[in-house]
Amino acid sequence: MSWWLPRQASTFGPAIDGLFIAILIITGIAFVIVEVGLVWFAIKYRGRPGRKAFYTHGVTKAEVIWTAIPAVTVVALGLVSNHYWVEMKGRNSVPPDAMPIGVHVKQFEWSFMHPGPDGQLGTADDIKLRNQLHILLNRPVVVHLEAEDVIHSFFVPEFRVKQDAVPGMHISAWFQATDTGEYEIGCAELCGMGHYKMRARVFVHTPEAFQAWMTQQATPTEATP
Amino acid sequence: MTSVAAHAPAHGVHHGPTSFWRKYIFSTDHKIIGIQFLFVSLFFLLVGGLLAMQIRWQLGFPGKPMPGGGILPESMTAGGVILPEYYITLVTMHGTFMVFFAIMPLLVGVYANFLIPLKVGAHDMAFPRINMASFWLALTAGLIMFAGFFVPEGAARAGWTMYAPLSARPDLSGSNIGQKLWCLSIIFLGLSSILGSLNYITTVINNRAPGMTWFRMPLSVWALFITAILGLLALPVLSGAAIMLLFDQTLGTHFFDPAAGGQALLWQHLFWFFGHPEVYILILPAMGMVSDIIANGSRKPIFGYHSMVFAIVGIAFLGWMVWGHHMFMSGMNPMLGSTFMVSTMLIAVPSAIKVFNWMGTMWRGNIRFHVPMLNAIGFVGMFAIGGLSGVFMAATPVDMFIHDTYFIVAHLHYVLFGGSLFALFGAITYWYPKMFGKVMNERWGKIHFWLTMVFYNLVFFPMHIIGMGGQMRRLYDPTIYTFLKPQQPMNEFISICAFILFAVQIIFALNFLLNLKWGKKAPQNPWEDNGLEWTLPNPAPHGNWERPPNVYRGPYEFASPQVPEDYLPQTRKLPTDREPAAAGTGH
Amino acid sequence: MRRLGLTIALGAALAGLVAARAPRAVQGGSTVTGRIKFTGAKPVNPKIDMSEEPECKKKYTAQPSGEAVVVNANGTLANVFVYVKSGLPAGGSYPAPATPVVIDQDGCRYHPHVLGIQVGQNLEIRNSDPVLHNIKAKPTKNRPFNISQPNAGMKTNRTFAAPEVMVPLECNVHGWMNAFLGVLPHPFFAVSGSDGSYTIKGLPAGTYTIEAWHEKYGTQTATVTVAATGSKTADFTFAPK
Repeated sequence: MSWWLPRQASTFGPAIDGLFIAILIITGIAFVIVEVGLVWFAIKYRGRPGRKAFYTHGVTKAEVIWTAIPAVTVVALGLVSNHYWVEMKGRNSVPPDAMPIGVHVKQFEWSFMHPGPDGQLGTADDIKLRNQLHILLNRPVVVHLEAEDVIHSFFVPEFRVKQDAVPGMHISAWFQATDTGEYEIGCAELCGMGHYKMRARVFVHTPEAFQAWMTQQATPTEATP
Repeated sequence: MTSVAAHAPAHGVHHGPTSFWRKYIFSTDHKIIGIQFLFVSLFFLLVGGLLAMQIRWQLGFPGKPMPGGGILPESMTAGGVILPEYYITLVTMHGTFMVFFAIMPLLVGVYANFLIPLKVGAHDMAFPRINMASFWLALTAGLIMFAGFFVPEGAARAGWTMYAPLSARPDLSGSNIGQKLWCLSIIFLGLSSILGSLNYITTVINNRAPGMTWFRMPLSVWALFITAILGLLALPVLSGAAIMLLFDQTLGTHFFDPAAGGQALLWQHLFWFFGHPEVYILILPAMGMVSDIIANGSRKPIFGYHSMVFAIVGIAFLGWMVWGHHMFMSGMNPMLGSTFMVSTMLIAVPSAIKVFNWMGTMWRGNIRFHVPMLNAIGFVGMFAIGGLSGVFMAATPVDMFIHDTYFIVAHLHYVLFGGSLFALFGAITYWYPKMFGKVMNERWGKIHFWLTMVFYNLVFFPMHIIGMGGQMRRLYDPTIYTFLKPQQPMNEFISICAFILFAVQIIFALNFLLNLKWGKKAPQNPWEDNGLEWTLPNPAPHGNWERPPNVYRGPYEFASPQVPEDYLPQTRKLPTDREPAAAGTGH
Repeated sequence: MRRLGLTIALGAALAGLVAARAPRAVQGGSTVTGRIKFTGAKPVNPKIDMSEEPECKKKYTAQPSGEAVVVNANGTLANVFVYVKSGLPAGGSYPAPATPVVIDQDGCRYHPHVLGIQVGQNLEIRNSDPVLHNIKAKPTKNRPFNISQPNAGMKTNRTFAAPEVMVPLECNVHGWMNAFLGVLPHPFFAVSGSDGSYTIKGLPAGTYTIEAWHEKYGTQTATVTVAATGSKTADFTFAPK
């Protein structure tokens, strides 16, 4: 069992994991200060008979320091985070050369529409698969999410990508895989009794393997409803 | 406006009710109402815990028959194995009962009712009969919610957050009447909260004893007062949303149905606009009571009283502006992700101030480790972890990964259990003598604290880890996913520790229940505290004081050089003190 | 003595009256049988891709296809639900049999695809697959339900209180899975099988409207008159539109 985040397989990985580590360090320092401080004070200032505590209502200077440092820290964290947020989720963040994938999600299955050899969605050579997604290595992909019934959420842990699919809305999310292999897609929003079963797989191919896959899809015996 | 003092004699000699029904069941006495809330809420806390045990059974041992599962009906289990739809009901109702019928009424229904008039020096709440109505509405709401388990298809099952359209469409959730009962119950509960808030706010503003100025009020009262304002403004939004959802379910409206022009996200905005202030309702009273207990335990004034007040106000104010952080992945305009991130990051600051000020109170103190103090220190340590884990979610890119994973579940349990519930263990023990005239057993209280602290952390800390591993929330069987299989032993470990943690609570339950009848009689001021309630006999009489007492100082004058004792009650007059002017509005 | 006699006589008369009014099952000896013919180009059912459900996929040697239109080798149509729509004697009642009607989820498909059941009779839903299926029933005259069976070996029972032709059943985990259930207040129904024929037995003498229902090609009716015993034929022909 891993005690850390899953292995990274997308361009979002370094930024998100880096932010995670930075926050872990900052909060870790605060954690040590508070927990060790509590224990230390509890031991050092444990009550002894015939003694009185130090009569004070506070030390303003200390309060200013421990207000200012957290404030500056969180503002800095916010600014850095926002930079990556805009890059990953901003209105204009989808790279223009991203391969479009139509994702139609309903209780309790995913349907992935691939653009096929002509690279365009909505043409005759599109490839529709149930619970399987095939993409190219090192090429941005934009999933156009459409939920048919309730809210679902597209989540690929190794790609560090998540996006809710909401009925009545057309929502796009992009990512770029950096490692070939097979990864799991999960539904990350409670969608009913079959929520846990909404597992799909995404295959990241080299260009040659992707071409081979597309050719294989074109043969009639593998057509799907 | 006539002063409170002028009213006092006439009100003070009013005789309390004498019949059993008027004295203990249909009582308008704030203390009795607080105790009524206490018993009912502890029952619902037990219900929430039993639901959690079933969740942990399924997560730890997916697909295995649950001991005792055979008694549950076919709609819930098959051969003792929890069914997926019942699992969803379990997570929904666990959250619902714990938030709405356990923690919220324990903090507010019990302690706002019990403490506010006592601690500000009033005879009772401003509107005693409305106060009684507030309790009965809350009980009715709880019973309606509980009834959901006994209707066909069972109780609600769209998560305690009730996202539409799943919650609006019985054909999609599989639960019809249960979903409607949830909405109905919440409407009643909202009304109960609103009526309660009216009382708490009015009593604090209007009914303070002479000399009880705003900045001499204990932090518990400040916190409960600010919480009441939050409740007054937030609960109507929830009730309104629940009414709209009920209309969608029953009257053919389409507020949340996109196929007919409604919007799914509308529910989320309404729910979380309520929901975020709600989580501050669930923590602020705990913080306030912890402040009282830590000052008492440290035998030292609270460090930075004014900052603590401003921090409470700051948390409450900022709390209105962060709701979108529950919706970063929802598909709302990404620009809102930026704005809500900023406000969410900022709200860490007043919480940090409070944590450091509690530590500052202990610094150079003369600490007594009575059971309430242990639980209060535990609160600070655990709340700090919960608050710090929140920073991860506030960073929206990181949230993209940890949203709807067990990292969130860890966070919310650290603040609600590690925070609010430990504070409640402390508060219940602390004010037990004033409520019941008895003391809870100190040794068993300490054993309960330490065992709970150990097993609580063994249950909830690993949830951060499995969340980091990517385990999503509300999964009936995580092992469907290959990438989650390696974490399954951790789920099993958490479940076993959870069963032990639940069993440990029997110690608290017995300590609470047995001492009601067989406990040692409590001295009038067992904790040597300064608050007004400790100047009254145990239990305090109906109407509290014949005349409201005069208040000469703030509530945290421990270790004062003015007296040899290490505490100095608010109402004790020293030769150097002047009589206060009438308090009440504005001072 | 006289009083006892009077009581017995009254009691017998009452019993006779009650017996005369009590609804009773009216069984006859006639049979209506026939074939469901299919004319026109045989439609191609889309193939079902079970790659992401290996526990079901491994139960097949050849890739399975959808079952919306099943044309038999002899040019007949299977899965047509044929039933007596009207004409039964008034006041007849047909108690639901004690044995359940079984529908099984096996290989991620419902077996059978079309079935009939009587009002009040138990529908036993079985899961023979070690995977989650949910069974969502979408009737309009009966109470809808949506339940799950996560494990193999599970059995759940449901009954239907009102006649309804037809109640659709579907699994949402496997979108290709559906079935149709005809709920009738009598036992006079049949489903055409792999030879395209149907047989309805036990009809009393009378003139009946027989309806044939197909999930894609709609309904057709025929009128048949039968005597107390004997057999009559009523064929139907469906064609793609």
